[in-house]
Amino acid sequence: MCAVSPLAAYLLVAALLFAIGLAGALTRRNAILVLIGIELMLNAANLNLIAFWRYGPHPEALTGMMFAIFSIAVAAAEAAVGLGLVISIYRHARTTDLDEMNRMKG
Amino acid sequence: MSIVFYGIAALTVAGALATVLLKNTVHCALAVAVAFAGLALLFLSLDAQFVGFAQILVYVGAVAILVVFAILLTRGSETPEGGVFSRSWLAGLAVGAGVFAVLGWAVIESARALPLGTAAPVATVHDIGVALVGRYVLPLEIVALLLTAATIGAVIVALHEKERPR
Repeated sequence: MCAVSPLAAYLLVAALLFAIGLAGALTRRNAILVLIGIELMLNAANLNLIAFWRYGPHPEALTGMMFAIFSIAVAAAEAAVGLGLVISIYRHARTTDLDEMNRMKG
Repeated sequence: MSIVFYGIAALTVAGALATVLLKNTVHCALAVAVAFAGLALLFLSLDAQFVGFAQILVYVGAVAILVVFAILLTRGSETPEGGVFSRSWLAGLAVGAGVFAVLGWAVIESARALPLGTAAPVATVHDIGVALVGRYVLPLEIVALLLTAATIGAVIVALHEKERPR
């Protein structure tokens, strides 16, 4: 680990966060925690964007940073709509357990 | 890499792991706030001050609070009797581990070709503002429209309907 690029370290952290978020989204039963897992994955992607902006050849163009800013805005909209849907489903089905939401199962 | 980076990275990963593994949903929401704050510190350590503070405002300030509200409104903090993990948890864990193996392999294989560190770029809030209303003005307007539509849509979706006689 002598001459390792700092970019590689950030990319490894982002990959680990993405995998943890993916595993959480796929294994948890509570719908809110699945949404949290998706938010973790989006944040890992943002970390990749910022790391490539910082160590890329043209940081003065601000491209990666702009991408991350717009990604944060879209993720906030997604969280608001997703949690609204979870509350609406809870009002109808009285549960947030994804294993019990099988009304459309054939 | 400095000791500061390892500390922040360990904090972030520990917060994310606690989010996925803890049983009580409220504890999970608090752990994810720690993970979001750690990510903000990582952004600050990458010389992206604006994105770091936007991350604190949006995620630690808004999204984490929204998640706590949703948990309390849905009584999600009660642990279900069948455990907190889905029946197909092994497949989900395998998919997550496989994705991390592929991504980690790709990063480690290409680590020699990555740049070794450059001078810190200067990105003041003034530069970002000029870029937002200049080159990126159309995406900015689209995001403004999206946020308005998403807010109205979330309110309509979660609106309390009248009690119907059954």
